[in-house]
Amino acid sequence: MISLKSVSHSYAGQKDIGFSDWQINDGEQWLLLGESGSGKTTLLHILTGILKPKQGEVQINNTSIYGLSAKDLDQFRGRNIGIIFQRPHLIKSLSISENLVLAQSFAKLPTDLKRVNEVLESLGIEGRKNAYPDELSQGQLQRVSIARAVINKPALLIADEPTSSLDDKNAATVLELLMQQSGANQATLVVATHDKRVKDAFTNTYELS
Amino acid sequence: MSPLKISWKSLWSKPLSSALNMLLIAFGTGILTILLLASNQIAQKLDNNSKDIDLVVGAKGSPLQLILSSIYYIDFPTGNIPLKEATALSRSPFVKRAVPLALGDNYNGTRIVGTDSNFVAIYKLKVQTGKLWTKDFETTIGASVAESQKLKVGDTFYGAHGLTGSSDVHKSHQYTVSGILAPQGNVTDNLILTNIASVWKMHDDHEEGEAHEHKEGENHHKEEHGDEGKELTSLLIQYRSPMSVAIFPRMVNETTNMQAASPAQESTRLFSLIGVGVETLQWFAVLIMLIAAISVFVNLYNSLKERKYDLAIMRTLGASRGKLFLIVIAEGIILTLAGTLIGIALGHLALQFIGNYQESSQARLTGLVFLKDEIYLFVAGLAIGIFAAIIPAVQAYRSNISRILSKN
Repeated sequence: MISLKSVSHSYAGQKDIGFSDWQINDGEQWLLLGESGSGKTTLLHILTGILKPKQGEVQINNTSIYGLSAKDLDQFRGRNIGIIFQRPHLIKSLSISENLVLAQSFAKLPTDLKRVNEVLESLGIEGRKNAYPDELSQGQLQRVSIARAVINKPALLIADEPTSSLDDKNAATVLELLMQQSGANQATLVVATHDKRVKDAFTNTYELS
Repeated sequence: MSPLKISWKSLWSKPLSSALNMLLIAFGTGILTILLLASNQIAQKLDNNSKDIDLVVGAKGSPLQLILSSIYYIDFPTGNIPLKEATALSRSPFVKRAVPLALGDNYNGTRIVGTDSNFVAIYKLKVQTGKLWTKDFETTIGASVAESQKLKVGDTFYGAHGLTGSSDVHKSHQYTVSGILAPQGNVTDNLILTNIASVWKMHDDHEEGEAHEHKEGENHHKEEHGDEGKELTSLLIQYRSPMSVAIFPRMVNETTNMQAASPAQESTRLFSLIGVGVETLQWFAVLIMLIAAISVFVNLYNSLKERKYDLAIMRTLGASRGKLFLIVIAEGIILTLAGTLIGIALGHLALQFIGNYQESSQARLTGLVFLKDEIYLFVAGLAIGIFAAIIPAVQAYRSNISRILSKN
């Protein structure tokens, strides 16, 4: 269970952005809607433990994440939160499977190549596991970034504009994969977007004003 | 996956700039290695040749020239000293051992040295084949001479007047090789030893028989008959006690017509002359290392700009700040350490190569010797790596990932 309680944040010299409380139950799939500039990215960063809010509390599975030490928070994030960015951003000097192993080792989990294969297979890219990011197409890269986000079976899967740079067909596929992967890994899914193509797939919506 | 492996992979992903940085460091370290090895070996050779000799007494002139001619057999002697005075000095209570030297002839550029058994004792010479010289015109030759001149025990040869050149051959007497010395690793490997009387006799006949005109600057023995007029080139002295240092050289310089020169002092002087060149090269190498350090820094700093996002992503995957710091600093250290290792290896190789092409076997350099001091080069490489990587590493440590990620 994830909860957001009386969180607000302000950047230096700007006025406060307040966020209404939010409770997400295990396994739910949510859509986070908001125009650009409405604080969407800020909220996502707060949810993922990247940005400490000025006020308020974020709990993930009964852990108040900003009560953790910096190092513990990094590790908690690595194990419990999977993030998918608008662009895939893989480490160019490492092969696809090495990128996934990297995610395991940064979370201080043992290297599990079986899991790597399993995840790549479920996303239909097991054939490219020894390729380097430069050799893959945009669509394939986005799949790898989903694979990297779910490799450690996180409790929370967060996607930031995962479809906005993709065409209709790929956008639909990625959305489908996100839903499918969050289901398969029993992860709670939050998709932040302003992409209208995505809206229909979700019943739960958190809207920023 | 360890930070080391991540750094390694990252370096391999840009092989050209990594190679350039390594090359710069290898070049600087290589020059330093060569300087270190060469100056060490030259100093060692200088020491080896004058190991047990405390003082050289010879004719007045330049002390350095006296040392060069009587210890290293390089320069011309300063002149001759009367045998009578030399004998008197060798009986002095300050002197434990005095070795007379009579120079003046050569065989194909190899110096013929007239001396006595004290020479064998002071250099601790050992015979490999044959025996030491006993009779007039018998010689014992150094190991390198035997090799380069292809002389065996029983062979004969004629000496030529002067210290180099064989235009003026003494045809009246023939030298015989009676023995060959074991290699000593010093100047005696390149000498032909005989007794003093042979050198005198060679020149007695020479003076009488050929009435030869000597070139200026050449050393020669203008002996008249009888002990009275006999001359030596110089005397190598070993002190009886350390006390002699204070008194004996002054005594020689002030009360006789001869001069005393200390091999240790003159070698130091000689080495300080070479030292200027060595120092210049050293600064040059240090400069190259500095440029290498800056180049590694710029490389890491620029790649950090490109990789800011990569590093931020690593943080979202659970890597701590400390780990990012390690990854960046490890890159710097791998680069410089590899460069240092390659440089040390190259330095040794280059010196071995130089040694192979050296003409004089007296001061042949070798790259196959490793020194403890090379550890310092290694440490310096490490320090440069840390120095060049510390600022980028601190930046990686401090980076605000939320800001980086939201700027996409």
